[in-house]
Amino acid sequence: MESTVLEKKEVEAEVKAQPYKVNNMMQNPIEKIESPILNIDKLSVSYGGDKYSINDVSAGIAKNKITAIMGPSGCGKSTLLRAINRMHELYPDTHNKGSVYLGEEDIYKMNPILLRRKIGMVFQRPNPFPTMSIYDNVIAGYLLNGIKLKRKEKDEIVEKSLREVGLWSEVKDSLHNKGTFLSGGQQQRLCIARALAYTPEIILLDEPTSALDPIATAKIEDLLVKLKKDFTIVLVTHNMSQAARISDYSMFMYLGELVEYGKTKQMFTMPKDKRTEEYLTGKFG
Amino acid sequence: MNTSAQISNAKLNRRLLKDKLFTYAIIFLAFLSSVPLFLILFELIKKGYKQINISFFYKVAPDTMEAMVAVKNNEIIPGGIANGIVGTLIIVGMASLIAIPVGIICGMYLAENSKGKFAGVVRFIVDMLQGVPSIVLGVIGYIWVVKPITAGFSSLAGSVALSIMMLPSIVRSTEETLKMIPGTLKEAALSLGVPYHKTMLRVVLPSGISGILTGVILGISRIAGETAPLMLTALGSAAISTDITEPSSAIPLLVWEFYNDPNLVDMIWSASLFLLILILCLNLTAKAIAKRWKVQY
Repeated sequence: MESTVLEKKEVEAEVKAQPYKVNNMMQNPIEKIESPILNIDKLSVSYGGDKYSINDVSAGIAKNKITAIMGPSGCGKSTLLRAINRMHELYPDTHNKGSVYLGEEDIYKMNPILLRRKIGMVFQRPNPFPTMSIYDNVIAGYLLNGIKLKRKEKDEIVEKSLREVGLWSEVKDSLHNKGTFLSGGQQQRLCIARALAYTPEIILLDEPTSALDPIATAKIEDLLVKLKKDFTIVLVTHNMSQAARISDYSMFMYLGELVEYGKTKQMFTMPKDKRTEEYLTGKFG
Repeated sequence: MNTSAQISNAKLNRRLLKDKLFTYAIIFLAFLSSVPLFLILFELIKKGYKQINISFFYKVAPDTMEAMVAVKNNEIIPGGIANGIVGTLIIVGMASLIAIPVGIICGMYLAENSKGKFAGVVRFIVDMLQGVPSIVLGVIGYIWVVKPITAGFSSLAGSVALSIMMLPSIVRSTEETLKMIPGTLKEAALSLGVPYHKTMLRVVLPSGISGILTGVILGISRIAGETAPLMLTALGSAAISTDITEPSSAIPLLVWEFYNDPNLVDMIWSASLFLLILILCLNLTAKAIAKRWKVQY
């Protein structure tokens, strides 16, 4: 709560400092990304019937950047995220229009199993596999898909992934304990390590810190900023200051529509759409 | 002022007394409901312990002449219930082999499609199955297996009848257990590109193993003491029979046979004692597994 207020003040201060720039609402609020890794093209997703949870969304996702998706609850931000690795199809009766291109390939023409191996996902609540050790959790993608690895390869992958998420020094002596005995923040980093171990091109995170305390949240935010040199990160957050702190690009969604998309700094200082401005200044949402 | 305080004191005391009486009544009734088990155990041990020795476990049931001579000479009846033990192991084992995979997969389906129309019908039928009298299942075993398949009474027919009987407990315990498992676990596996069947078999099912095993063991303990369906299917056999297409004995069947033979009455108690202890042990194992193997999410 406090941080939102702070953000509001910051934004207002910036707006005051550059009064002549505020009035640029005539520009196209959706920024075009040069050579995106992922291209969302006129995507609409429905969970059944004629009602679309997201409507005609077009956006490119920049490679090796953090893109944040913001918006009030029910605006379709999670749906958009899930549509990127087709996790929304777990619900019955979903159908969609438009397409999403990963490179040249339309993901809706790919095998969803192969797609999800290229686009990993981390969820709101930490969800390590409860029957597996920390070690097995990290290489779960390989284990469960029946990919045979030599002992040495496994050790390397586990150590590398755990180092990347900063968990190695904390768990290296208890690798064969169950992952569920870790703290919430550690579990979430374990889940990120599990997604990384499979070396996906893109990692999707669905409000990854909403179940965590501030210290664990700070650790994960630092981690994400570090990880963007190797991975492209798309993050759903309902925490505006989090988006402001770590993301390079931001999307603002409202009622299933992509209202504004652009560089985070620009959006937080000079939103092009009135609704974005109202959301960021806390008038609704 | 003073009188009113006294009245309320008297009222208060009466309430406290009522409260106490009620508490004691509850404790007494709770105690009462556990009395039968101890009485049964006491009775069985008192009358049956004499017969239980090593040969009780490896010798087959005595014939009526042997028993009569022994009773006349005031000796313990020779022989044991080995044919019953082997028969029960084979029949219950085969019934489990049939019912466990079917039951678990059916339970998985119900948990996955909890709102589907077909799932609703299946759930209703499984519940109905629970209420089918066991003798009717015996008749079914007779019609389905004894007549057309084994051309005579057989332990296979007994297994089929009993497998139907244990199915509902496995289905429902699997369904209830899997429903408790957070959906995020399934999402986690699917998001790693793990195919659906592997997600269910290697992530979701192992997470619910304690609940499912408990249901399986309770199902086994339910059928282990079942007599009526076996009378029409396995029939009984004086010798140890390992051929599943031949008639076979079982512990509850032996109890029934002992009851029908005045010379063998003493054997009823020991066979019943053994059966009761077997089933109690199964129940205790189920409890221990539910506690020990519980998976923490």
